[in-house]
Amino acid sequence: MDPQVLVLAPVGLPALAAAGYAAFGWRRATAWLGAAAAAGLLAAAIVLAVRTTGDAAGVAAAGGLLRADALSAFMLIVIGAVALAAMLASPSYLAAELAARRTGPRATRRYGVLTQAFIAAMALAVLAANLGVLWVAVEATTILTAFLVGFRRTREATEAAWKYVVICSVGIALALLGLVLAHYAALHANVPEDGALDWAVLARHAAGLDPGVMRIAVALLVLGFGTKAGLAPMHAWLPDAHSQAPAPVSALMSGVLLSVAFYAILRVKVIADGALGVGFTRTLLVVVALASLAVAAALLLAQRDYKRLLAYSSIEHMGIVALGAAVGTRLAMAAVLLHVLGHGLGKSALFLSSGYIHQAVGSSRVAAVRGLARRAPLVAGAFALGLLALLGMPPFSLFASEVGIVRAAFDGGLGWAVAAALALMLVIVAAVLGRARQMLLGPPADDGGEAAVRLPITAAVPIVAGLAACAVLGVAAGPLVTLLESAAELTGAVR
Amino acid sequence: MTDQTYVQLLDLACGAFLLTGVLVLWRRDLAAIVRLFAAQGAALAAIVIVLGVRQASTELVVAGLALGGLRAGLLPYLIRRALPERGGPDAEGRETRPVVNVASSLVAAAVLALVAYAVAQPLIRIAPSPAAHALPVALTVLLVGFFVLVTRRRALSQVVGFLLIDNAITATAFLTTNGVPLVVELGVSLDVLLAVLVLSVLTNRMRAAFGGTDLDELRELRD
Repeated sequence: MDPQVLVLAPVGLPALAAAGYAAFGWRRATAWLGAAAAAGLLAAAIVLAVRTTGDAAGVAAAGGLLRADALSAFMLIVIGAVALAAMLASPSYLAAELAARRTGPRATRRYGVLTQAFIAAMALAVLAANLGVLWVAVEATTILTAFLVGFRRTREATEAAWKYVVICSVGIALALLGLVLAHYAALHANVPEDGALDWAVLARHAAGLDPGVMRIAVALLVLGFGTKAGLAPMHAWLPDAHSQAPAPVSALMSGVLLSVAFYAILRVKVIADGALGVGFTRTLLVVVALASLAVAAALLLAQRDYKRLLAYSSIEHMGIVALGAAVGTRLAMAAVLLHVLGHGLGKSALFLSSGYIHQAVGSSRVAAVRGLARRAPLVAGAFALGLLALLGMPPFSLFASEVGIVRAAFDGGLGWAVAAALALMLVIVAAVLGRARQMLLGPPADDGGEAAVRLPITAAVPIVAGLAACAVLGVAAGPLVTLLESAAELTGAVR
Repeated sequence: MTDQTYVQLLDLACGAFLLTGVLVLWRRDLAAIVRLFAAQGAALAAIVIVLGVRQASTELVVAGLALGGLRAGLLPYLIRRALPERGGPDAEGRETRPVVNVASSLVAAAVLALVAYAVAQPLIRIAPSPAAHALPVALTVLLVGFFVLVTRRRALSQVVGFLLIDNAITATAFLTTNGVPLVVELGVSLDVLLAVLVLSVLTNRMRAAFGGTDLDELRELRD
């Protein structure tokens, strides 16, 4: 197949699906359009991954504005997999919302358009060759998901949407300032004008960039994209937005959007390491990683809302990912990427199943859900397995990737940081297990405890498949190993 | 244009840019704050046009005019549309209880200017041109924007704070490198425009759900 088409398809297919929803609305015939587009995205991503493995130059398209290398292809696989799960679960989720009269045909049409445009923007972000286009795509995800966060139009949803847009837009504005300054440093180092924001060109010229300017630029870029990645200290929007959005959107936001923002940091890190040495970004990333883990641990301890619990768990996992990136060795980067995929699969399965629990119980308080294991064994089982996966239990792939990050950190001289991280993760395990026991075990509540939690087959398939994939990856990554290695290579892994 | 007139005109435009930014801290009336923001958009356009005339670059002059249209015309219009109608409760159109009062805010602005001068030094050092020497002005407006964002309690003041930050970043881009590449600049402008549209819709929803736009009312979600 023409490589140009392959690079354009991941952006084009969801964009076409968005146009389809805009024209025809969300109805029986179009409900599966989103899933079809996501499946196409995933297929294109896999073909691209096969093509780009071991080829550092990558495939360029759209007049040099887009470029796919192994890292982009890997991120596309994560986007495609989570988007497919979310889009398979969407029809039954929206059908239940419509049946409960919580939403109407106008809102569901908007849901179709916005989710597809959101997926297209994420695909554009990981394919952009130009850091400026990457920035525009990441900011576009904020705008596109604003009304998805506010979907229910309640006071809580409006509040969450407001905080989300304000904090993320301001945070990402810092990254824009960082880009402006990096552009300034690049032009000053005689980087040709048309490549002055291209990450590959900048990485080649990194040694010539002025360190005084780059220090400010890199700090702003890490802080700015870190806001979107949910890293402390700019994480305040995340628990609100992720707990208020409809479940499939939460799955997308938590499972991939955070990692897409982190992908931007990985591209910046290559340039920063060349210009400033590895020490600068390493220090920054260790600080935000430990801060994120500490915030997550502190707020998970007394968490009474299971959707917020999942959201804080995302902050925890982005902290682990940032810690791995700080280590920066080849083993660490491969583990970071595997962690991103494992977290995407596990977290989307959890958010999707939490959506059905929420629809049945009508509340997201932990105390409102009791004895789930007896009332709804399938949902409870999926929820329990998902939590175990996220806590890094074997056989799930998050166990393998966490072990990889810990080993790499001890080898790379960050043993003290990883020791602190492990202590915080133990606190998190204890906190999450405690809440899980309350929700899953014990006798059903007396009042309203009879409400059945219905898990439609179209939602059960992606949830179970996601968890199964996560477990299989933990045992044998198979052909992914070479892709992970060549993607890790591109992140400028040392040694 | 002689060197001297260029520097004078550039400094004049940058001065207006800074002054309008700081005055946002002084006014409490939301309509006046929006007018100041529009004036700042015009000053930003003037900076870009002066740079364009100096470099005899038609592109820059056109970019300046387009920026002026967006930031002195369209964005203020959109915010004004989201202002409460006249005759509504008086408190709605005013910043009644800022976290930091006006006098202290102005003192804070002076401190922020000092910080901006310190931070800008490495940026000026690599290319000490008259435009680069104006960078602390842009960074001061950036910090003032942050200050507005965290100390003002009306939804629309926060929007203006966000836009001050954005104006400051655009000014930095033009003062350092004649702006980011066109495709990026277009994308950024579109994103900012859409962000303001989204925020104005959310302001209206907030008014419907909470009966006002006081951000202190936003406390449904907490741990």
